[in-house]
Amino acid sequence: MTSELDIFVGNTTLIDEDVYRLWLDGYSVTDAVALRVRSGILEQTGATAAVLQSDTMDHYRTFHMLERLLHAPPKLLHQLIFQIPPSRQALLIERYYAFDEAFVREVLGKKLSKGTKKDLDDISTKTGITLKSCRRQFDNFKRVFKVVEEMRGSLVDNIQQHFLLSDRLARDYAAIVFFANNRFETGKKKLQYLSFGDFAFCAELMIQNWTLGAVDSQMDDMDMDLDKEFLQDLKELKVLVADKDLLDLHKSLVCTALRGKLGVFSEMEANFKNLSRGLVNVAAKLTHNKDVRDLFVDLVEKFVEPCRSDHWPLSDVRFFLNQYSASVHSLDGFRHQTLWDRYMGTLRGCLLRLYHD
Amino acid sequence: MPGKLKVKIVAGRHLPVMDRASDLTDAFVEVKFGNTTFKTDVYLKSLNPQWNSEWFKFEVDDEDLQDEPLQITVLDHDTYSANDAIGKVYIDIDPLLYSEAATVISGWFPIYDTIHGIRGEINVVVKVDLFNDLNRFRQSSCGVKFFCTTSIPKCYRAVIIHGFVEELVVNEDPEYQWIDRIRTPRASNEARQRLISLMSGELQRKIGLKVLEMRGNAVVGYLQCFDLEGESGLVVRAIGTACTLDKLSSPAAFLPACNSPSKEMKEIPFNEDPNPNTHSSGPSTPLKNQTYSFSPSKSYSRQSSSSDTDLSLTPKTGMGSGSAGKEGGPFKALLRQQTQSALEQREFPFFTLTAFPPGFLVHVGGVVSARSVKLLDRIHNPAFVGIMGNTRSYKLLDWNSFNSDEPETRDAWWAEIRQEIKSHAKALGCHAVVGYSESTSICEEVCILSASGTAAVLNPRFLQDGTVEGCLEQRLEENLPTRCGFCHIPYDELNMPFPAHLTYCYNCRKQKVPDVLFTTIDLPTDATVIGKGCLIQARLCRLKKKAQAEANATAISNLLPFMEYEVHTQLMNKLKLKGMNALFGLRIQITVGENMLMGLASATGVYLAALPTPGGIQIAGKTPNDGSYEQHISHMQKKINDTIAKNKELYEISPPEISEEIIGSPIPEPRQRSRLLRSQSESSDEVTELDLSHGKKDAFVLEIDDTDAMEDVHSLLTDVPPPSGFYSCNTEIMPGINNWTSEIQMFTSVRVIRLSSLNLTNQALNKNFNDLCENLLKSLYFKLRSMIPCCLCHVNFTVSLPEDELIQVTVTAVAITFDKNQALQTTKTHVEKSLQRASTDNEELLQFPLELCSDSLSSHPLPPAKEHLESASSNSGIPAAQRATSVDYSSFADRCSSWIELIKLKAQTIRRGSIKTTVTVEKASPVGDGNFRNRSAPPCANSTVGVVKMTPLSFIPGAKITKYLGIINMFFIRETTSLREEGGVSGFLHAFIAEVFAMVRAHVAALGGNAVVSYIMKQCVFMENPNKNQAQCLINVSGDAVVFVRESDLEVVSTQQPTANCQSSCTEGGPS
Repeated sequence: MTSELDIFVGNTTLIDEDVYRLWLDGYSVTDAVALRVRSGILEQTGATAAVLQSDTMDHYRTFHMLERLLHAPPKLLHQLIFQIPPSRQALLIERYYAFDEAFVREVLGKKLSKGTKKDLDDISTKTGITLKSCRRQFDNFKRVFKVVEEMRGSLVDNIQQHFLLSDRLARDYAAIVFFANNRFETGKKKLQYLSFGDFAFCAELMIQNWTLGAVDSQMDDMDMDLDKEFLQDLKELKVLVADKDLLDLHKSLVCTALRGKLGVFSEMEANFKNLSRGLVNVAAKLTHNKDVRDLFVDLVEKFVEPCRSDHWPLSDVRFFLNQYSASVHSLDGFRHQTLWDRYMGTLRGCLLRLYHD
Repeated sequence: MPGKLKVKIVAGRHLPVMDRASDLTDAFVEVKFGNTTFKTDVYLKSLNPQWNSEWFKFEVDDEDLQDEPLQITVLDHDTYSANDAIGKVYIDIDPLLYSEAATVISGWFPIYDTIHGIRGEINVVVKVDLFNDLNRFRQSSCGVKFFCTTSIPKCYRAVIIHGFVEELVVNEDPEYQWIDRIRTPRASNEARQRLISLMSGELQRKIGLKVLEMRGNAVVGYLQCFDLEGESGLVVRAIGTACTLDKLSSPAAFLPACNSPSKEMKEIPFNEDPNPNTHSSGPSTPLKNQTYSFSPSKSYSRQSSSSDTDLSLTPKTGMGSGSAGKEGGPFKALLRQQTQSALEQREFPFFTLTAFPPGFLVHVGGVVSARSVKLLDRIHNPAFVGIMGNTRSYKLLDWNSFNSDEPETRDAWWAEIRQEIKSHAKALGCHAVVGYSESTSICEEVCILSASGTAAVLNPRFLQDGTVEGCLEQRLEENLPTRCGFCHIPYDELNMPFPAHLTYCYNCRKQKVPDVLFTTIDLPTDATVIGKGCLIQARLCRLKKKAQAEANATAISNLLPFMEYEVHTQLMNKLKLKGMNALFGLRIQITVGENMLMGLASATGVYLAALPTPGGIQIAGKTPNDGSYEQHISHMQKKINDTIAKNKELYEISPPEISEEIIGSPIPEPRQRSRLLRSQSESSDEVTELDLSHGKKDAFVLEIDDTDAMEDVHSLLTDVPPPSGFYSCNTEIMPGINNWTSEIQMFTSVRVIRLSSLNLTNQALNKNFNDLCENLLKSLYFKLRSMIPCCLCHVNFTVSLPEDELIQVTVTAVAITFDKNQALQTTKTHVEKSLQRASTDNEELLQFPLELCSDSLSSHPLPPAKEHLESASSNSGIPAAQRATSVDYSSFADRCSSWIELIKLKAQTIRRGSIKTTVTVEKASPVGDGNFRNRSAPPCANSTVGVVKMTPLSFIPGAKITKYLGIINMFFIRETTSLREEGGVSGFLHAFIAEVFAMVRAHVAALGGNAVVSYIMKQCVFMENPNKNQAQCLINVSGDAVVFVRESDLEVVSTQQPTANCQSSCTEGGPS
């Protein structure tokens, strides 16, 4: 006796959260059944393995049918085939678009292309996430990217509107899209200590302050691309380190203000010129795409690592950066105050977030 | 020109991409009714076209309005080649033809293609202007309401129940026409869908005419079926019960009978009167009349004059006997006489209803059934009539049975069977058959026709005209014991139709009752039940040699009596094993296949307080001298006894101990007796009556004389009870549970198994079939575990044998949650009451105050009741894991729904290029504060698509049905030539059933409804050819579209007009 056909269709579509998770995690039906058996569900319910198998198959089939709709979540809301309560619809969408930290760190900043997709095998082996799940996550990134790529308006809002994600998840996706678009390097060994959250935080600050949409909402309101004009202008900041008088003045202003307030004052004093040069040079280099990509590598190399090797506590870093950016306002010979604020405001936020072990 | 149909095509959405180059579609719509077609403009390059067409107007006969469906075809315009069809929508406009139902059909309909399934949706508005042209009324039957519900619909009152109506129409099946060889599968499927739609329209119109002839205005319990006979054609047949219904105007004036059953149950025993106080004033209270009084303004003149004369006699005689104070012999005879005269005019005194107004059912005799094996022959005249052309004439084709040269029509076949049923009922001393249904099973050219029902004696009141005055009504009411009366035997004790063991009724101690009662109806609401009920199934397979034509029919006819006998024995054994004494909702299905016959009987077992306690099951061996064998037997016996004891505990069956001396009634010897009268005929008049009683054996003895019998006993014991927290039944409501909460989940589950063809024996077959059904049930319990405590109601199993080695089982049922604690309490008081009742004096006049007493007592929880409650709830607790998941879900749900709503709000406010405030450095620096702010969540989430509930029951728990919008009767075909790509057979059927549900919901929503009640999947024919990567499936569903209002909402808006309620829920169900 073999079962040829075995289905269950409810007027309200039954969604089993546990099975959904297993499906999203890319387990085969057999593996999912084994995992469910291990969870002790048979003992709790008195069911048999055959029942579990049939139930799992059924849910998998439902999810498979729903997947098409999940690719365009508004469709899930308007479709008539599956009657699903709104709360469950939200759950389906949210979980479908959720991603693994380990996976996103591998892909963040990479071009979402076929080439990267081929590397998923390696990522799967490396992270222990099933290939199927990797594919889903990768495809999700790519799909969101494609949809919002050419769109005007706020990136987060666009994502939320077209994918009905929660605020939190939409922000994460905005970061992923932003990173993919600007191809920031995140995979270097130096950057391994950083979490996705760190990058997402930076991305958000950058979107808010460094993109075209940040200054001029009337024209092309693009959140995806960095404001080219702004990057070009950043060259002007070079004077801060190129002009020796300005550099000395800047240093003395900072040192005067921080004397006695900083545990690592002497180290700071010794390193000031190096640090300032580092920060300003990063700004000046951003005209080249290649250097934009290396932004995070540079920041870590030029600022985070030197400070860390001198054991600066985070509070000192904050004091320093606040003073460092504020003191520029007192430099009479310096004319690019607004530019400096736009640059340093964001950078300060990023650096503080990046500064940890 | 009695009608103008107006159609407007508004828009489409989610259309499929028809042009690969542009990834878009140039869609337009054809609207066709009868022979007239209109077209919309082509809406270029869009998957969401906005046609916003003018009103297309069709001027048509009301006859056409009834028969024809409105056909909407969405096409993709192609300049160079033929336009490609995207899909179709058929809309049945019948609901617009009677005044009380829907006034407009408006909403999103799934666009359906028989090859691709649902492909987007289309928004359509349909209206009908009917001109009142009374002269033409005879040709159409506009205005007759149809209900699938097998009881009086909730917001109506039955003035008269006229009786049986039937009709059938025959046509050639387009699938088997020569043209089918050259046309595409799509064209063939569409021809079939359209033909069946036409035929059911015509059928409904013809039945409507019959109803009008009977002076009725509605058909209740309407059941329409298709017989796909292959080569020999396609039959659409329908049966129903003609009634004259009165709409109850305001919800406040609802009779208890129109309340949701949960209410009704609670109001026992005075459910015929909403105000119990009136009872204290004695039987002559005029208030009571109100309930049944017929409005004098409406006088219906009956068609047959003979019953009129009878009517004039009724009041006088009725009065005379009414004073007797108890139900005496002469009264009974008189009653019978009246009923007889009322019913004898009818050719078939059958009623498709399964639940009745209180007092309607007087006595129940037992199940009557008849089967007949027929041979389908080729149609002699294959000339093709009508569907492709424009004429709409169907020829009633001649059907030849194999052994006769005379032409025999389908009508005659059914008439023969019905005649048999009628005579069986008569043999049981009954004049009527209730809970009547008909079915067929077809395999190749052999067809088994089956009919079954419950023989009953009815109260003539409802069958006759409204001239009967209230006084009599009341007397009748007093004299007919409502609680146990239906159990009393209708037949003559001295002249019993079969050997039976009778005892005095355990309730009233006056009348005789049988020891076991089998019926096809629902449990009467006023019946006293002890404990809970449960689903009982008998399953059976019999191998049959493959044979042709006549030999095949003979072989089947020979097997049938044995199958019936065994099914019956199994039912009886299982009933006893459960410690119960009555079956309700019995449905025996015999399915014929190429090489086997399958029998599946489902029923709901209960313990009726009026019937005697069932005896146990004794096991006897044939070889008494073998010691070890003896031991084995006694071991089995012990197991059986243990099971009975366990079941009694499980279903809370604790009948009150009654001291024997009360009336000196003989304590019944447990004894098996059959109430099944059946016959098989093979298109001849030969009638075999089968005596199913086990001779003169005193106790019910199972003889184990061979391994077969051993197997039987084993299989008895292998039926596993549902897990704790679950109950199941195949009736409308579960006896013993009456506190339903509002959560319902209707579902359909299909399983097909392939038997290994090697050494198939009856035993192996039985085991396979048994496992199939048991596993299916187990799966259902597992899937629905989050609803615990809950009950599967109206569990409907259908078996078919699509191929040699395939068995298909389809189950449709609804899971309803209930409040465990309250349910227990009420059951307890129920038992309490019956206890009290049993011990009270038998003077009927005294019974009222006494019962009132017990009522008031039970409202205060009695100490023992409480104790019972606590222990029960602690014993049968839900496993912790399940509880945990459900809690987790709800909290998540709140969160999720709030932000989905938020997003929707945002979507409305965001405009392209909207102004964004520039974020300055200072503003951004306070880390994340502004970014991760919590947006305030709106309080409630509206679904974009209105929720439509579906249920096989006639009611929605916790809600009140305020309006019936019309019947839903839909037929779909789905075919695929890429079975593997669609996920195999399971994927294909899963998607199709989901689509069918979607289309039903969309139609209901478009009518302004928010639920389908009495939903039934009448057919699910699945055929596959995996080698060719093909599969085809036909599904036929029906139900009543309704508007319901939650009881909690009703209280809030009770001050408002009821129409306002309607409207609010209409808009809720509408498109958004």
